[in-house]
Formats: sequence, C-alpha cells, structure tokens
Amino acid sequence: MTAEYSVLLLIAIMGAATYATRLAGYWLLQGKTVTGRFKAALDAVPPAILVAVIAPMVFLEGTNNMIAGAVTVAAAIMRLPLLATIAVGVGSVAALRAFT
Amino acid sequence: MVLKSSTRMNGSRGSGAEGVKHSDFKQGVIDILPMTIAYAPIAALWGSFAAAKGLTPLEAGLMSAGVYSGAAQFLVIELWGTGIHLAMLGLTVATLGLRHVLMSASVSRHITVFPRLKASVLLFWLTDEAWAMIERRALERPITASYFFGVAMPLWPNWVFFTVVGAYLGKAVGDASRIGLDFAFAAMFIAVLAGFWKGPKTGAILAASSTAAVLGKLYLPGAWYILAGGAAGILVAVATYRADSET
Repeated sequence: MTAEYSVLLLIAIMGAATYATRLAGYWLLQGKTVTGRFKAALDAVPPAILVAVIAPMVFLEGTNNMIAGAVTVAAAIMRLPLLATIAVGVGSVAALRAFT
Repeated sequence: MVLKSSTRMNGSRGSGAEGVKHSDFKQGVIDILPMTIAYAPIAALWGSFAAAKGLTPLEAGLMSAGVYSGAAQFLVIELWGTGIHLAMLGLTVATLGLRHVLMSASVSRHITVFPRLKASVLLFWLTDEAWAMIERRALERPITASYFFGVAMPLWPNWVFFTVVGAYLGKAVGDASRIGLDFAFAAMFIAVLAGFWKGPKTGAILAASSTAAVLGKLYLPGAWYILAGGAAGILVAVATYRADSET
C-alpha cells in the first residue's frame, strides 16, 4: 500500500481548510459575551443551518423525498424519539422508491 | 487520555463524579449510533469512488481521517483529475466548509468552560452530525467534554474504516440510496429541528432559510446555498428581534 506525495499534499490542504472552518467560529467568539440582536442571530444559527442543509435534498430531488420529508416532519412533530424519527424517514423513502 | 483529562476538567467545575462523565460519554455514543450505522455504506460508497479515480485504499483512508468531511470528499473526488489547481481546490473546500464557521460559533457558547486547547482539539470532529447532536443536547443540559467526545468518537473511525473497505471492494459497493440510507441525514436533521421550534418566529426563520437554500441550490455554484439559506434565516431572526422579548 502506498500514498503518493501529491495526494498527501492534497489531504493536508483539504484537512487544514476544513479544520480551520471548524475552529473559526469558536475562536472568533472566544471570551465574548453575546447579547441583544447578535444573540438573536446566533440563536437562529441552528434552525437556519439545519434547514438550509437539507431543504434542497427534500424539495429538489423528486416527489419521493418530498413525501418522505413530510412524513418525517410529522414524526418529529409527534416527538418520536430520535432513532424512531430517523427510522420513519429512511423507511418511508425506501418504501416510496421500491414502489415507484 | 482525552477522557481522563476531561474528568479532571469537569471536576474543577464541580459538576460531579466519574460516573456522570462516563454516562455522558455513553449517552453521546448512543445518540450518534444511528448516524454511525447509516454512514457505513455512504463511507464505503465514497471509498469506491475514490478507488475508481485511482486512489489507493491507504490514500482513501488517510483522506477520510485527515479531512473528515463527506461533502468535501465527494466534491474532491468529482473534481479529481480535472486539472484543478491545488490552491483552488483548497479554496473550494473552505467555502464548502463555511457552514462550519457558523456551527462552531453557535457551539462555542455551549463549551465556554472547556480549556481552549481541549475545545480546539474536539472541534476537529465537529461534523454536521456531531454538531446537530450537540445543539440538541444543549437545549436540555450543559455540554461536557465527555459528551462531545462520545458523539465524536464512533463516527470518525467508522468513516475511515468503511472508506477503506469501499476502496478495496470498488465497484462491488452497491448503491446505498436503494435502501434509503442517504435520507438518514435529512431525517436526523428534521428530528433535531423539532427541538428548536419556538412558535411562529421559528416558522419565519425556517421558511426564509429553506426558500433561500432551494433558490441557492438552483442558481448558485457549489455549496453557497447553505450559507444563503443560513443568512436568510439569521436575517429574519435579527429583523424580528425585539429587545423586550429577550429571554
């Protein structure tokens, strides 16, 4: 088994770029107390990013994903446990794909 | 080793016994387990793609261990051999990772008691999945280093191991989407989202974010749709902010 020099360089560059983004937010806010509008903005990060990451997956990749997304939202609203909600999502998309 | 030092750190915080730390670690492992299982075939799929582009199993494994970002890795395999300059590739990967800046900023508020070095080491494992779990947990109780480590640990070796397996198997790796596992990620995020619901205001944020993300996916290059969606949601939150309603 071997690893080429150019591939190792690529890994180092990609790894550094990714790690830098994972550190940046933490270091930018080090020792800062966040209040007011800025706090409201930060509070919005989890829901805003969570939905932004998955919205195209749910809305742009065909009806199966859209329906499965709706079913999963229903399961989540019913406050099913996390594992059950994931199972409902995966199960419904698999079933839809099997029958369409 | 990290676990040992985390016990020490939390001890100084006065938050309790070894048993609590141990159960925090265990809870983290349990919370991330479904994603760990769902990611095995996805890792194998990436490994097979990497092998098809000429990467050896060792190179594929090293990339999974060192870069540890599914999005970045699928992208680089797509661009592999297209003659793209290394610096350009690094830039593309960084823009793809910009969502991590926001995730890390948000998480930073839950880990203020961690020593900086420890926090910085743990943040290496801040994947989308680990982040979602930590935010979910933070809604209910404080985040300990043990919990962070518990969430981080199963995913990483799992991702590395199955990319190597996939690189060896090559084309024999089937399509994980047939059994719906590609949807596990979306389902998990939807489940985590439910915990952030605080009424119509959240609805407005979600509507703005998802609309901007979908439009961004259609009209913007690369992964800018995530930032477009995130920015739209944050702007709505800032615009609807009322000083008196602060909790």
